[in-house]
Amino acid sequence: MDADASLVRRLRGGDEQAFADLVERYHSSMLRLALSFVPSQAVAEEVVQDTWLAVLRGLGRFEERSSLRTWMFTILVNRARTTGVREARSVPVADAGPAVDASRFGPSGAWAVPPEHWIEEAENRVDAAKLAELLRVGLNGLPARQREVVLLRDVEGLSSTEVCEVLAISEANQRVLLHRGRSKLRQALESGLGGGAR
Amino acid sequence: MSLLSGLLRFRPRSRDLPCQEVVEMVTDYLEEALSPAERRRLEHHLAGCEHCTEYLAQMRETIRLAGRLTPQDLTPEMRTDLMDLYRRWRIEG
Repeated sequence: MDADASLVRRLRGGDEQAFADLVERYHSSMLRLALSFVPSQAVAEEVVQDTWLAVLRGLGRFEERSSLRTWMFTILVNRARTTGVREARSVPVADAGPAVDASRFGPSGAWAVPPEHWIEEAENRVDAAKLAELLRVGLNGLPARQREVVLLRDVEGLSSTEVCEVLAISEANQRVLLHRGRSKLRQALESGLGGGAR
Repeated sequence: MSLLSGLLRFRPRSRDLPCQEVVEMVTDYLEEALSPAERRRLEHHLAGCEHCTEYLAQMRETIRLAGRLTPQDLTPEMRTDLMDLYRRWRIEG
């Protein structure tokens, strides 16, 4: 974590540009994640502000056992959980609908209504803004716990070990949540981009 | 019924996964969390099923697209607030 080490040194030393870069890179990401735990944008903004302060105050204790990013997200999640009410109400892992609606398979379990093609559409024909909007709506439609995992894993690009550390969940639990979340996101893309009248 | 015809009759049924089960295994497959035997069964199925192959490609594409979602830009007010926070922390520290 050499890049982290030098960044931490600059932050401790009062390098405003270092902090500005960090904020630019992570503020919106943290806001998006915080919204999964708390009921409103205003509360989420408060949680993220508190997190920045906690990050700065904790810099002296940051030991680089995890990456700076994982450490910051962990602080955020802990604060958001303390503040949030939505987490307590969120569906347990076992909520689980199937990855693909059962009506799309025949009695033998083979596809009756196979996946509509949309990859080429996404890569070549749809403009980036529409695609981003589809993904945002899809993500926002996920149950909170699934959204948290998909945001950290697929949007932020954390490893599964890092996600488990940030959310304090087991690998198996993480995989179930990731599976549900990704499956629903795929369905949202198929519904938004696929050709048929589903 | 001979042993051979019995095997021929039952083997495919016990070996081939239904598509409905395949879609539930995709994440474990991508996460490399399947046992070697499960992995072989899945890959065997994929080799003969274009729909499940398409489905797997779509899951990969979904992950790729999610990774390209950029965070929204900060508003100037947020930026100012946070830089103030940093300066206050510097003074306080």
